[in-house]
Amino acid sequence: MKHRLHYAALIFLAIFCVLPIVVMFVTSLKLQTQIFNTGINFIFTPTLQNYRDVLNEGGFMRYLSNSLIVGLASTLITLALGCMAAYGLARFRFRGRNTVAYTTLLLRTVPLAVLAVPVFMIWNEAGIINSLSGLVLLYVAVNLPFTIWLLYGFIAQVPIELEEAALMDGCSPIQVFYKVVLPLIKPGLAAASIFTFRIAWNEFILALVLTDRATRTLPVAASLYITDIGVDWGRIMALGSLIAIPPLLFTFIAAQQIITGLTAGSVKG
Amino acid sequence: MAVACLYPVLSALRLGFYDWSMGTPWSSATYQGFDAFIRAFTDPAVWRSLYTTLVFAFVCVSAEMVLGIALALALEERKQKPLKGMMVFRTLFILPMMIAPIAVGLTWRYLFDAQFGLLNALVGLFGVEPIGWLANEHLAFTAIIIADIWQWTPFVFIMMIAALANMDTSVIEAAKIDGATWWQSVWLVKLPMIQNVIVITLLMRLIDAFRVLEVIYILTFGGPGDSTEILSLHIYKTAFISQRLGSAAAISVMLLMVVALLSWWALRLSNPLKDKE
Repeated sequence: MKHRLHYAALIFLAIFCVLPIVVMFVTSLKLQTQIFNTGINFIFTPTLQNYRDVLNEGGFMRYLSNSLIVGLASTLITLALGCMAAYGLARFRFRGRNTVAYTTLLLRTVPLAVLAVPVFMIWNEAGIINSLSGLVLLYVAVNLPFTIWLLYGFIAQVPIELEEAALMDGCSPIQVFYKVVLPLIKPGLAAASIFTFRIAWNEFILALVLTDRATRTLPVAASLYITDIGVDWGRIMALGSLIAIPPLLFTFIAAQQIITGLTAGSVKG
Repeated sequence: MAVACLYPVLSALRLGFYDWSMGTPWSSATYQGFDAFIRAFTDPAVWRSLYTTLVFAFVCVSAEMVLGIALALALEERKQKPLKGMMVFRTLFILPMMIAPIAVGLTWRYLFDAQFGLLNALVGLFGVEPIGWLANEHLAFTAIIIADIWQWTPFVFIMMIAALANMDTSVIEAAKIDGATWWQSVWLVKLPMIQNVIVITLLMRLIDAFRVLEVIYILTFGGPGDSTEILSLHIYKTAFISQRLGSAAAISVMLLMVVALLSWWALRLSNPLKDKE
């Protein structure tokens, strides 16, 4: 009985989670006239017209590759820098350690809308405006604080005895980091990569300010379907559904890592 | 790295002392002293917006933390009696976070739509007249809260699942051998052990709740009236619609102070930076 209640609650929440996504997808299969029908209408002739429009509108492939480059590059750089910084903060006591930790957190608290203006000015001066590398740099900066703090929590959980044992066995400190610490914090790395990729992939307000026709990312392209005349619901939902696919694949792969991190853990049992 | 982090923040702060509109050369800006700050601190609209933000952040973050932790504990990896369909549930609960905010905002706007929305169609089955969800101040506020909880509970969920997976299981087993009940092992062993990650998650959610923009921007754009105009949206409107960058920067400083204060409070609960010996 208790189990059944358990399931009922989970199923209810699962429906709440999935329903808006289903609605988004179903709407993407409708024409504008069908979208504005009153009542529950899950029965209709689905059309792929919106998808055809979105894909044929030119630029889709370029926006996709822009988004992929920005998403993957930001994630890789953020993780590489983040795990080293977190390890440094967790394992070494040095002057200014707290200052570094809190300043990184400070950047996180600035609303992106506030950042847009100064970043635009600085990027303009530096000549990296409208370039993919400029966008990558910004996303790395925005994501690093969170990654550092998140990984810090995971590294702090690793028993220091394990590292000491590895050192005794003749590992260099760098080997300890790569061969002992990193495999142990795999769940943390996976979680951090999911969030970093998600932000770099989906963000559109800063991307709108910092890109042009050639370097536009997919969410920026989607926002262009909202015009003064109205919202092109069908196409925006179609593009929204397409945009959701890569982060979902990415999450499935990364979520696997969270689980293998569990079974492969050396601290366990 | 600290310099790289601070430079944009300080540039934003500097804007607060000048009257400058975007697109004009910086040399045309005039120094205004503390005017923008005084205006920001005496503007009732700013205070209303701050209040809205505080309520919004408090409700969203508490709901998300409780729901996320509960879900993670329910769907945690376990050796005995694994729950059927656990992977399916896990996957489903992560989904909302992955949808682009622009699509999330529009989808909820469509769901809440007075005429064509699914929500009104559903309550209509029970004979309720169509409700203008986004036209009523309280309902619109509830709507942005629901949308935020929908999108961000998965964040807490993933963090907690990862933290629980990273945990030393021998301690749990030891507790079990000592006869701890499920509740005891959760309250006295599991949660304290992942305390660091909990505090970091809380901190990140708090900070983010104060700077969400995209979904509310599309869902209500602050309306009706200014009932859903949280501070980050107020800043955005001041900067990019009223073109008063100085005021926007001044209000940002105010927001920054509130967030810093709250972060300080969260870190006092448990500071992961402190050594625990």
